[in-house]
Amino acid sequence: MNTLFDKIWDAHVVSLIEDGPTQLYIDRLYCHEVTSPQAFDGLRERGIRCLRPQQIFCMPDHNTPTHDQDKPIADPVSKAQVDALARNAAEFGLTHYGMMSPDNGIIHVVGPEKGLSLPGMTIVCGDSHTSTHGAVGAVAFGIGTSEVEMVLASQCILQQKPKSMSIRIEGALGPGVTAKDVALYLMMKLTTSGATGYFVEYRGSAVRALSMEGRLTLCNLSIEMGARGGFIAPDETTFAWLKGREYAPKGADWDKAVAAWRELRSGDDAVFDRELVFDAADIEPMITYGTNPGMGMPVTGSIPVDTAKKALDYMGFAAGEKLLGHPVDYVFLGACTNGRIEDFRAFASVVKGRRKAPGVTAWLVPGSWAVKRQIEAEGLDRVLAEAGFEVRQPGCSACLAMNDDKIPAGKYAVSTSNRNFEGRQGPGSRTLLASPLTAAAAAVTGKVSDPRMFLLSSTSISL
Amino acid sequence: MKQKFDIIESTCVPLPLENVDTDQIIPARFLKATTRDEKFFGDNLFRDWRYDADGKPRADFVLNDPRYGGCILVAGKNFGSGSSREHAAWAIAGYGFRVVISSFFADIHKNNELNNFVLPVVVSEDFLSELFAGIAADPSLRVRVDVPAQTVTNLATGRSERFELNGYKKYCLTHALDDIDYLLEQKDKIEAFERERQ
Repeated sequence: MNTLFDKIWDAHVVSLIEDGPTQLYIDRLYCHEVTSPQAFDGLRERGIRCLRPQQIFCMPDHNTPTHDQDKPIADPVSKAQVDALARNAAEFGLTHYGMMSPDNGIIHVVGPEKGLSLPGMTIVCGDSHTSTHGAVGAVAFGIGTSEVEMVLASQCILQQKPKSMSIRIEGALGPGVTAKDVALYLMMKLTTSGATGYFVEYRGSAVRALSMEGRLTLCNLSIEMGARGGFIAPDETTFAWLKGREYAPKGADWDKAVAAWRELRSGDDAVFDRELVFDAADIEPMITYGTNPGMGMPVTGSIPVDTAKKALDYMGFAAGEKLLGHPVDYVFLGACTNGRIEDFRAFASVVKGRRKAPGVTAWLVPGSWAVKRQIEAEGLDRVLAEAGFEVRQPGCSACLAMNDDKIPAGKYAVSTSNRNFEGRQGPGSRTLLASPLTAAAAAVTGKVSDPRMFLLSSTSISL
Repeated sequence: MKQKFDIIESTCVPLPLENVDTDQIIPARFLKATTRDEKFFGDNLFRDWRYDADGKPRADFVLNDPRYGGCILVAGKNFGSGSSREHAAWAIAGYGFRVVISSFFADIHKNNELNNFVLPVVVSEDFLSELFAGIAADPSLRVRVDVPAQTVTNLATGRSERFELNGYKKYCLTHALDDIDYLLEQKDKIEAFERERQ
């Protein structure tokens, strides 16, 4: 009762169906190429148009190559899917940021970055990582294709109201501990189903201290605990980050909006269905060892003895084994989880003045063209190039390997992405999820390493 | 595919694994289709558990075991976690399953099943483990799912449980109506809501 989740949800209720779900109004729908074509087909079959086309934004990201985007996509099936989105957007009058558009990128990076995702909104997309947008203080969640069709057709969705959960993290994060580590720690504690049925509000001093990039990473991973979404009440950090962005209100409208957004917080008397509190000081740099994101441990830890055999066999690990020093074949920096400017700054801070380890293949993929431009403006691309790393073109890339960026069978990849499921990064691929700092440490040593070893000489990290 | 639900009685396909994620149900490389071709998705259901790298069926996977069949899939807890891809529900429907029984479903996947007229039936851990044991002992074990009565019955033991299904969704399933049919009739309410917000 009287949680921020209640406030935003209740303000969007169009009607309550007796003994049924809520008809919820949606402020923003994002569409990517993978989960939308069948929804547009549905509109055509029913002979209907979009009710509110101006509230819907489309961009391809899953299939886009990370090289030579100015040339046609080589894989004809990927190309057909990307082309279908462009065609559908044109037919239904929707804004479309196509490949090579300076506005293109991963939908969950582009939405907040352009100020399309704003505090107090309801936001959906046919993608479970839509929870990312919760970082601006919005109720954002992933949906299926039938639900995409519902929103295209009616700007509404039918949903059961989830329960509310408060996760408070108090205290200061230690050196080398990032938002990604916080999320992996929470998944380790809660498992991948611990928050199923809930919407999470992240609170506490450690959350308040996170930058917007860190908050986007934390909210992004809410789904990996099973939560429908996760969000953070907007504050001065949020307002400063949003101000001046393309779709953010301007002038007097901005002042009015900020005044309203300041009211977006849980009441002092708020009652959550579940409340959890964690101490930031307990959180260390994390890494996963298994085949779901809840199978994580401190990077210096040992694989739990009760780990499922199926997961160990797939990963080629033994129970009780330490991962520190384990050889690494690939490093992937990117995805809607860690493809933002701070992630590249963090990675660069570790590899600066060092060299990529000879046996490692590294893919550094910005989350959007805007991130890539910022990397270049800050000269990070030169730092990375001197260390032997190339910055590629934006997209989802090796996070789910729908383009050519596939980790070969049996190879180990330290990835800043969000899922280590069997075959996620390519059939037979073995994924170790970690932060950009831990990924960078692996990239220069060629093995699983504690990123704190590289922070001693650095003073420029503030994550 | 829209189809009416009433009473379903069938043998079961057991998948006694927990945390089966939608990447396993249908791997990402099969998400490139731009049509809702349920046969294509059904043919690739559990692709990498079902076939080896050369496309040969793996004899040890349940879908390749001739002893098991039927339109009810029985799975371990937290079924359908991870990606929101509705293709997972299309694959399950396309293979021919009409009901999935588990003790716990991931939220988005559960909605996706319902929106594709596949019924997720949540049972107790105890009911589930007894059912797995029963199927292992006798693959011809039959289960009855009575949608109007909201009961699931292990016909070998007679044990029955009531499952959750809200009145609205039950009406939709028993009348082959979907949420979009409903929403399209709500335009006046939607416009009134928008006016009030101004």
